Amino acid sequence: MKKLTSVADLERLRRRILSQRDPEKPRISVCGGTGCRAYNSQEVTRALKKELRKQGLSKTVALKQTGCHGFCERGPLIVLYPQRIFYQRVSPDDAPEIISKSVLKGEIIDRLLYVDQMEQKKVRFENEVPFYNRQQRIILGNNGIIDPTDIKDYLAVGGYSALAKALFQMTPEEIIAEIKKSGLRGRGGAGFATGLKWESCRNAPSPDGIRYVICNADEGDPGAYMDRSLVEGNPHSVIEGMIIGAYAIGAHHGYVYIRLEYPLALENLNIALEQARKYGLLGKDILGSGFDFDIKVSRGGGAFICGESTALMASLEGKVGEPRAKHIHTSVSGLNGRPSNLNNVETWANVPLIINRGAEWYSKIGTEGSKGTKIFSLVGKINNVGLIEVPMGITLRKIVYEIGGGIPNGKKFKAVQTGGPSGGCIPEHLLDLPVDFERLTDVGSMMGSGGMIVMDEDTCMVDIARYFIKFLTEESCGKCVPCREGLDRMLDILTDITEGRGKETDIELLEELGNLLKEASFCALGTTASNPVLSTIRYFQDEYEAHIKERRCPAGVCKALTTFTIDAESCTGCGVCLRECPQGAISGEKKKPHVIDKSRCIKCGLCRDSCKFDAVIVS
Amino acid sequence: MTNHVEKVTQIINRYGANKDSLISMLQDIQAVYRYLPEDALRIVANELRLPLIQVYAVATFFKAFTLQPRGKHLVTVCLGTACHVRGARAVLDEVKRHIGIEPGVTTGDMQFTLETVNCLGACALGPIVVIDGKYHGQMSPRRVKTTLKVYRNKPTK
Amino acid sequence: MVELTIDGIKTRAQEGTTVLEAAHEMGIVIPTLCYHPGLSAYGACRICLVEVVKGNRSKLEASCTLPVEAGQVILTDSERVKRVRRLIVELLLASCPHSKTLQDMAASMGVNKVRFKIKNRGCILCGLCVRYCQEQMKSGGIGFIGRGTSRRVGTAFGLTPEECRNCGACEWICPVCEQACTAPSLIDGLCGGCQNLVPVETCTVCIRCSESVGPQGHKVY
Repeated sequence: MKKLTSVADLERLRRRILSQRDPEKPRISVCGGTGCRAYNSQEVTRALKKELRKQGLSKTVALKQTGCHGFCERGPLIVLYPQRIFYQRVSPDDAPEIISKSVLKGEIIDRLLYVDQMEQKKVRFENEVPFYNRQQRIILGNNGIIDPTDIKDYLAVGGYSALAKALFQMTPEEIIAEIKKSGLRGRGGAGFATGLKWESCRNAPSPDGIRYVICNADEGDPGAYMDRSLVEGNPHSVIEGMIIGAYAIGAHHGYVYIRLEYPLALENLNIALEQARKYGLLGKDILGSGFDFDIKVSRGGGAFICGESTALMASLEGKVGEPRAKHIHTSVSGLNGRPSNLNNVETWANVPLIINRGAEWYSKIGTEGSKGTKIFSLVGKINNVGLIEVPMGITLRKIVYEIGGGIPNGKKFKAVQTGGPSGGCIPEHLLDLPVDFERLTDVGSMMGSGGMIVMDEDTCMVDIARYFIKFLTEESCGKCVPCREGLDRMLDILTDITEGRGKETDIELLEELGNLLKEASFCALGTTASNPVLSTIRYFQDEYEAHIKERRCPAGVCKALTTFTIDAESCTGCGVCLRECPQGAISGEKKKPHVIDKSRCIKCGLCRDSCKFDAVIVS
Repeated sequence: MTNHVEKVTQIINRYGANKDSLISMLQDIQAVYRYLPEDALRIVANELRLPLIQVYAVATFFKAFTLQPRGKHLVTVCLGTACHVRGARAVLDEVKRHIGIEPGVTTGDMQFTLETVNCLGACALGPIVVIDGKYHGQMSPRRVKTTLKVYRNKPTK
Repeated sequence: MVELTIDGIKTRAQEGTTVLEAAHEMGIVIPTLCYHPGLSAYGACRICLVEVVKGNRSKLEASCTLPVEAGQVILTDSERVKRVRRLIVELLLASCPHSKTLQDMAASMGVNKVRFKIKNRGCILCGLCVRYCQEQMKSGGIGFIGRGTSRRVGTAFGLTPEECRNCGACEWICPVCEQACTAPSLIDGLCGGCQNLVPVETCTVCIRCSESVGPQGHKVY
């Protein structure tokens, strides 16, 4: 494999790859993202491979393991080309039938089809799946068709053409102008104008000429996994974005700081980097342009704070993740004191798209202040759990009901939490809010990196507030007083409230501490830490009051405030709960109603989970 | 513990004995020994010419590192928001009850180490318990007993 | 020279100085805990916060790390600043109730009750001892261990570090530890660690004391 030393080389290679691919040739793509793998999708791939071999079809039918397709609730997912037949919840045992019926004869296997709950209809083809076609998958779309470990797949869909354009048809200033014009804002949470950031980094003085571009892949918000899927499924899109950015800024060294908890993403990223180097798309004299640039990968150590730019850079210098004062921006003095441009994974992935299709096209998507699309991880109490990519400005209601398919088990929607531990909970009456940086901040939440957690009537909002504060007390670096001491005390108060020891003055004190953190913390972890508490107090004050004044948890979650009782009318005396109870707290004779000894009950819920007659009542 | 010098120095040199790569070095050392032995940290501090406390500070700051030997089976319960909303706490309580230890601790017989993690990014499967790298999705307090049974060599008590 | 306004008074300061230093030049004393002129500014205690006014909005910034800028409008003692300072002192007192420095600060600010449960941590994690050891003594024998509420000052593995030269500066510079070690003899004072002095009531960490001990211990106040 000879290195590509010119755009002509690249285009020649691309043409050759395309000429060797027949779009009509039958192809199976199996989702190989972490989610589907946990559902044994690799076994499905193996079974399909075995069956193809058995039937002598290994050369005529292509089998590909791709990145995350996004419809995680329905995994393992496979798509059969060229018809784009969409099968969900596939098991390895289905392999022979899939090959014999669908691949060879084009016959549809009904039981593997997705059933759209709302229209009560079976969906046969991928482009008819409402979950997908209500999205605008300009970034995620390729995840389902490329094998992330094969650069040729990326080249086949036009990969690295943006790089060629940037290196040979545009000047660094023109690239920055284009990014500015597109209105791209950081996708990591803060939403800072990307073009402006690049510009200030390029213009910052550097005596030895060293500048850095860094990719923040330390996706720490619990419930958010967009970046994981992008790096796992399409690492080249991120790499290409970084090379373009480096060229525009004048950096020759790049870093990707990736979470330790993402082993597959790390693996695929390293494979992609190796391949890019082999092809001359990374390293010295990229595509014969004279531009040198390479990327090093650094793993996180399990610290949420390292998602903060200065803490991340400290970690890259081998130090603890303690943030630094930001009077001097990192774009002027960052890693090793040099100008450094840090952007989130998704931000980088948007760059090749903007260069290829132009800022004007891009800026038509989205709202006035928030351009482009955003990838969200829609999780929690929602029917269609998965990754979605939607244009900015779409309403939360559309996301939750039209794409998400509403709340499972007929439960009532209560809130949607965006922005992770830095964000807030948005209640039902605000569901028509368009998703936009400013609008979300106005209601006490924020865009954040894209985690969107849906909660229903069985979720206790005080418990949720406590959950986030507990998370932050464990992740705080401990440097500044408001965050370290303030969060600890807020946790004490919230624990007291959820365990029935709440006091009248607690809500006021929580607000006071919350405002202290907002005003006085050293870094953004602290200044946004009180958002979950303050937003739940704002919209769900009645729940707090029920806990404090009535010692009652309306959602039935806080153990200390709930009691488990057996309804004598429904209980058949089958004895299952008696056997399941780990504390031996249930007694009763066969066929006679059983009783729970409240003094021994630890409220583990095993009895309720095992009762076939719904006789266990939680109040 | 036997002489670590050769193994640890090899790891240090893998990163050009560069201070900046301290965290990566410690990760590789822990991958070999399954924890960070005191001797290894002393060697690192020595080779990189760093005060020992600076290496120790890094080893105690990042949750990925442990200064205590880990048990045979690593049980990790995900406490990410999506898993929490689906009842991860009840799962953790049940796991705690079964193994008999708190998170961050290893059982006396060195069979199990229990830890928690704040989101693995596989939210559709929540609640999740990872045992020895294998993801067990859709966990419920009921399934804890049967899932853990597979990993026990000998019966409890 | 840079022109700025502090508490309504126009003043000039050298470029590169901080607002804290500029205010001090004018005779305005901003309270501090983690600041020391001989050490790098840390910005952790947040007591020195001042209000930086821009148009009709203002933000709180730590004056010990804030560089002076032309046209800055600073308020060092506004209601907002006072409110924040009081709450910070209250929080610190709840973790370090026996500190005379904190108690004096509380009295001067009008803080006379602590609404939080007392958790005697004996250390406010200002880092002065750590910075002194690293920057002035160039030893680096003590440092921060762990993170969040479990963050503490200590030595590696709880052992006396090789680098420690018994200068006792970590004890001397500590703003909350009021008393020296009251161990009756040098042997008893040797706890095997090099950390901030732990007298009976206030400090949590013990430093190995120097040779000059009197019958009642290292220093007698």
